[in-house]
Amino acid sequence: MSDTRTVEMSLSTPTLDAAGRVRRVELGLSGSGGGYDEEFGAEHLLVNIGPQHPATHGVLRLVLELEGETVKRCIPHIGYLHSGFEKLGEYRTYNQIIPLTDRTDYLSPMANNVCLALAAEKLMGLEITERCQVLRVIACEMSRVISHLVWLGTTGIDLGAYTPFLWSFQERERVYNLQEAWTGARLTTSMTRVGGLMADIPAGWEDGLREFCRTFPKTLREVDTMFTRNAIWCGRTQGVGVLTYDEAINYSLSGPMLRASGVDYDVRKDRPYLGYETYDFDVPIGEHGDIYDRYRIRMEEMAQSVRIMEQALDRLKPGPINVSDPRLILPPKSRAMGDMEAMIYHFKQVMEGVKPPVGEAYLGIENPKGELGYYMVSDGTAKPVRWRIRPPAFLNLAALPKMCEGALLADVIAINASVDIVMGEVDR
Amino acid sequence: MTAVISSATASPSVAALRAQFGTAIEGAEVSCGDSIVYVTRERAHDILAWLKDTPGQQFNYLTDLTAVDYRDPERPLEVVYQLRSLSRKADLRVKIALRDESDLEVPTVWDLWKGADWLEREVYDMFGVRFTGHPDLRRILMWETYAEGYPLRKDFPLRGHFSRGEQTRQALAANPEAHYSLEELSIAEVFGELPADMQERLARGERGFLK
Repeated sequence: MSDTRTVEMSLSTPTLDAAGRVRRVELGLSGSGGGYDEEFGAEHLLVNIGPQHPATHGVLRLVLELEGETVKRCIPHIGYLHSGFEKLGEYRTYNQIIPLTDRTDYLSPMANNVCLALAAEKLMGLEITERCQVLRVIACEMSRVISHLVWLGTTGIDLGAYTPFLWSFQERERVYNLQEAWTGARLTTSMTRVGGLMADIPAGWEDGLREFCRTFPKTLREVDTMFTRNAIWCGRTQGVGVLTYDEAINYSLSGPMLRASGVDYDVRKDRPYLGYETYDFDVPIGEHGDIYDRYRIRMEEMAQSVRIMEQALDRLKPGPINVSDPRLILPPKSRAMGDMEAMIYHFKQVMEGVKPPVGEAYLGIENPKGELGYYMVSDGTAKPVRWRIRPPAFLNLAALPKMCEGALLADVIAINASVDIVMGEVDR
Repeated sequence: MTAVISSATASPSVAALRAQFGTAIEGAEVSCGDSIVYVTRERAHDILAWLKDTPGQQFNYLTDLTAVDYRDPERPLEVVYQLRSLSRKADLRVKIALRDESDLEVPTVWDLWKGADWLEREVYDMFGVRFTGHPDLRRILMWETYAEGYPLRKDFPLRGHFSRGEQTRQALAANPEAHYSLEELSIAEVFGELPADMQERLARGERGFLK
């Protein structure tokens, strides 16, 4: 081991000496011929980013091995937000798990709620009503829009663009208001139930969403003007963090990350649920697998979501939102207080919960981050034996070391932003 | 709540697997329309590789890898592979039943799918299943010195094995932000330059501030 190696172990102004002067790094030129001597001069720095760092989008810790400014190795550390949701789920009835799903991917809570209800319904072989299907589609697409807007804004900030953050959060606020009007909560929505929904949309709500669908594309165009041909944006994102077609599949990526590498896989098209096969929308596919393509795909997905929401609003017909099985759906409180039969069903459901038959089901939906899958195993009791979350952000993040190999330190921030992680889901 | 067993038939891959691997296929069933194949641990890697690469199967996408511990103490712990063929738009679930609780070991599929890296680490972390051949099998969600066991096992109580006070004490003492693994220290090749007592402590597996 050479004596000249220096080691830095934290990000705190490591390059200044005690007097505040910039510390000189030995160049490592070998005596003979002036060539670069690997053994003598190859300084490998250990740099720690996080877990408290504004650009890691949550409590993610990255340990980087640097050679100069080039990343040789990236070791992510996760688990700081581990909440044991899967374990908790085993002690809760199916409807009681729904509030837990809010808190996994907390940027798209309504889509998670939908996935859990669908998984439990698959376990029971249950058909939901048409109005419920359409409303759930609207919920999923609203989630896609707000999640992508957060991604857009925060990634912009990571790369030095502040204005689109304000625009995107302004739009996100409008969706949040709609979400609040529907579910009563902005984040912890818990809007589905097994076999239906917690509540129907309030009167006049559709007009609000229609207004959003009408005006939101204008903001998208504005952001597009700011970013898509912006020299700095292109320079920071094009050709950075590239994953090839085969790598993207091999790393089990999903969502925009997978499609940016040219893989045509969208759960809504390939394994349709909620009648997505009857909606008219396009799935954008990238070709370079870099950050820029991921950005283009997310932008296009928001535009497509608006298309889907408009179609769903056109289809929205009055009707029941819940299945008519009293063993699944709570009777109205007024009936439960006065009608003996309703009271018994109410009591049975509150005390015991919904009981699916013995079996197991995996159900994946296309969440904003990628394929969110709930794998549920039932032993016939009211609580699942196993509730497994297939977390898209976790698997997408697992490819980070691969993407960072050979990138610059500044690119690590951009690459990490492009993954669109949410630590609540990564750590669960 | 009707329709317990779906009318959907088993995936054609099941018959192909039986023809190819015979007794290594322990059983097959269909639950809620999903095809499930039980395979022996010994041939599991061959079977998964065959499913991945054989034309006509092409299960090139590892959707998920997890494990299930049943409430029934008689029922063995199962490792579950959820496979997907992107080109054929087909799914298949492959399961390995681990009957001996003292021997929870399966071959890694990291060489087939790099996506299995973190998934296997998570199953190891949560269930204590060891994946032989995995390049970096260590805890992922819990910290490295976590001593209470494997949280998703059914013999693990919801509140953990230790008292609340002990849990808090250990969690604070773990101080994972100040901790660098030996592997990370080897990045900087700083290990040899550490004081002798610190080297000893690290080699013993002790953790703490290493600044």
